[in-house]
Amino acid sequence: MPAFPKAAHDAVNNPTLRGNLRHATHTIRDKRAAAVAELDDWAQLREAGKQIKDHTLRHLDRYLVQLEESVTAAGGTVHWAADADEANRIVADLVKATGETEVVKVKSMATQEIGLNEALEAEGIAAYETDLAELIVQLGKDRPSHILVPAIHRNRGEIRDIFAREMSEWGRAAPVGLTDNPADLADAARLHLRDKFLRAKVGVSGANFMVAETGTLVVVESEGNGRMCLTLPETLISVVGIEKVVPTWRDLEVFLQTLPRSSTAERMNPYTSMWTGTSEDDGPSDFHLVLLDNGRTDTLADEVGRQALRCIRCSACLNVCPVYERAGGHAYGSVYPGPIGAILSPQLRGTQSEVDASLPYASSLCGACYDVCPVAIDIPEVLVHLRERIAQGGPVTREGNKAVLKPAKGHAAERAAMRAARWAFGRPGALRAGQRLASRTRKLHPRTLPGPGKAWSATRDLPPVPAEPFRDWWQRTDGGKKSDGDKKTDGVRKTDGVTKDGK
Amino acid sequence: MRVALFLTCVNDTLYPDTGRAVVRLLSRLGVDVDFPAGQTCCGQAHYNTGYRHEAEPLALRYAEVFAGYDAIVTPSGSCGAMVRELYPRMGERARAEGRGDTLARSLAPVVPKTYELTEFLVDVLGVTDVGAYYPHKVTYHPTCHGLRGLGLGGRPYQLLQAVKGLDLVELPGAEECCGFGGTFAVKNSDVSAAMGSDKVRSAESTGAEVLCAADNSCLMHIGGTMSRLKVGMRPVHIAEILASTEKEPLL
Repeated sequence: MPAFPKAAHDAVNNPTLRGNLRHATHTIRDKRAAAVAELDDWAQLREAGKQIKDHTLRHLDRYLVQLEESVTAAGGTVHWAADADEANRIVADLVKATGETEVVKVKSMATQEIGLNEALEAEGIAAYETDLAELIVQLGKDRPSHILVPAIHRNRGEIRDIFAREMSEWGRAAPVGLTDNPADLADAARLHLRDKFLRAKVGVSGANFMVAETGTLVVVESEGNGRMCLTLPETLISVVGIEKVVPTWRDLEVFLQTLPRSSTAERMNPYTSMWTGTSEDDGPSDFHLVLLDNGRTDTLADEVGRQALRCIRCSACLNVCPVYERAGGHAYGSVYPGPIGAILSPQLRGTQSEVDASLPYASSLCGACYDVCPVAIDIPEVLVHLRERIAQGGPVTREGNKAVLKPAKGHAAERAAMRAARWAFGRPGALRAGQRLASRTRKLHPRTLPGPGKAWSATRDLPPVPAEPFRDWWQRTDGGKKSDGDKKTDGVRKTDGVTKDGK
Repeated sequence: MRVALFLTCVNDTLYPDTGRAVVRLLSRLGVDVDFPAGQTCCGQAHYNTGYRHEAEPLALRYAEVFAGYDAIVTPSGSCGAMVRELYPRMGERARAEGRGDTLARSLAPVVPKTYELTEFLVDVLGVTDVGAYYPHKVTYHPTCHGLRGLGLGGRPYQLLQAVKGLDLVELPGAEECCGFGGTFAVKNSDVSAAMGSDKVRSAESTGAEVLCAADNSCLMHIGGTMSRLKVGMRPVHIAEILASTEKEPLL
C-alpha cells in the first residue's frame, strides 16, 4: 500500500468521489448530531461507555477467562488465536471438519483484518458476504472504504452494473433488465442472498460485544441478513477481537444507546441478535468462538495508545472527519479507515510499512473526531503520540516483547529542522536576528518555495514578510508609547486585487 | 493587574499588526500590557509533529518568562490551547517517564493564567462591547483549537456583534477545519489544499468582505488560498477589528 498522501492524491482529484463522500458524510453527520441532541444524558452515557471499556481492558485477562467459561458452559467451544495466521487456520480447519466448501458471512471487520476470505479460498472454501454493502464490495472485487457503509464510494449505477455482471458467477443471477432503482437493487440482492442462506451449513460472523458473565455474543446490524447468517446454518463460527468483551449484560444498555445513535443516527438498532452457546431446537447446533489477539495485547501495553481499543466501530469519527471526506477510505490502506483507523492500524500492525508510518500524520488534529466519539477516545492525543514514535522512536511492545524502535527513515531533515527551530526559539537574540534578516531581504523572497515548502506554495500564496517584526516595533516605540514614526509594517494582509479598506 | 502579552512566534515574525492591535485595544480598555522580550514560541509545531522532547525546553522558557504575571494574553487559539491543554499533559508525561517534577511544577502557575484574547476580554475584563468601529460585512471562522481545544464558544461572536457598523454573517460549515493543521499543510498538502479551498468557497458564499478568526496561522492558510483563487475577500485577525475605532479605523 502506498503512503497516505500518495493514496489521497487521486481521491482528492476525483470530483465524483469527493461529491459522493461529501454528500454521504454530511448527511449522516447531521442526522447523528440530531439523534445525539435528543438525549440530555449523552455526556454521562459517553463517560459510562468509556469507564466500562477502560475497566474491562484493565482486567481483560479475568474477563476473557470468564467469557471462555461461560461460552463453554453454554455448549460452545472457545479457540484462542494469537495472530491472523492462527485464526485463519482455526476457521479453515473447523469448516473442513464439516465437509462443506461454502460459508455465509455476516459483516465482520475482524475477518477482513485477518484476510479470512482469501485464506479460505486458498483451502478451496468459498466465503459469501451477506451484508448488502459487503456483497457489493465482494462482487465488485473491491475493498470496503467505510466502517458502516463499506460501499460508500459506489453510486447506484455502478452497483447495478456490478450486480448484472457478477451475480451469476457467484450464484443466482440478477434479474434481466435490472435498473438502478434502490428497491430493485435491494430485491436482486435479497433473491441472490436468500439462495445462499437456505443452502449454507456453515456461518461465519463477527460480534459487536461479548458478555463475560453469560457468554452471550451480540451483533448489531440493520438488514436482518445478519440474523439469517446467525440462525440458519448448523455450524456458527464467530471471530471476535478480544477487546469486544464487556463484563455484564447490564453494560450492554449503555452501548445499545450510544452505538446506533452514533453510527446510523437511529434511536434503536433495527436488528440486534444475541446468541449464547447452542440450544437443541433453535439456531446452530455447533458454535465456535475464535478470540483474536492480532496486536491487541501489544496495543494494550501502550499507556496512551490503548484507548483505541475502546472503539465500538460506530464510524462517527469518519463521518465528521474533513480528511476522510476528501481522501476516502481506501487511502488509509486498512480495513479500519478514517481517524480511528489512523490510530488503530499502526498500533495493530506496527509502524514499519510506508502506509502505517504515514497514517498518524493523516489528520489536521482538528479534534472533531474526539468530540463525536461515544467512548471518548482522544484520537488527536494518540495521533501525536504515534507521530512521536515514528519521528523519534521509542519503546513499544511487539508480540509481547518490549522493544525500542529507532526513528523512522525519511524524517532526518524534519528532525534537524525541529532541532534548529528549538535552538533558535531557545535564544530570543537568535530569533530576532533571523526575523530581521527576513525583513531586510523581504523584497527578494521568492513567491514559491523550494524543497518541502513547495507543497505549500503550489496552492497558496505566502504572506509577505513585514518591514519589521513586532519585537522591534515594541522596542522602538516603547510598547507603542512613543510615536510610530513613518515605519509601517504594511502590506501583510494585502491579497491580489483587493484593497485594504475593502472598497 | 500585571498583564503580559504572549504574541507567539508567528505573529511576532509575520503579523506584527495583530500584536500592535492587541496593545492598542488593551490600553484603550485600561490594561497596561507588557511584552516580555524573552518569549519566543510555545513549541506547538514541535509537539504536534512528534517532537515532544524538543517542545519541553520551550515550555520551560514560557514558564520562566511569564512567571509572576497575573494574566497572560495571547491572540492565538491554537497557541492558547497548546499552553492550557497540552502543557499539563507534557508535565505529566515527563513525570511518568521518571524525569521528575520540574516541568509540571514550573508550568502549574502559568497555565491557568493563560487566556486567549477573546476569553480575556469577556471572562477577565467582563466586556463584550470594546467600543470598536468597523463598517464591513464580516464572517467568522472559529478555528479548531479555539473552538474545541479552548471552548471559546460564543465569546468572539459576542464581541463582533457589539462592533459598531459591523455586519456579521454566518459562515456555512463554520466548525469544519480549514485544513491548515501546522505541518499537515505540507505533509498532506493535497488534502489540506482541498479543505482550504472548500473553506474559502463557503466563506465566499456569504458575500462578506472579510473573513475573521482568532488565529493567524489558519488565516495565513485561508488567506493564501483566497489570494491564489483570486477571491475578493480578505482575512483579518479579530484583534485588528476590535482595535479599530471611528477615530483610528483599521485601513
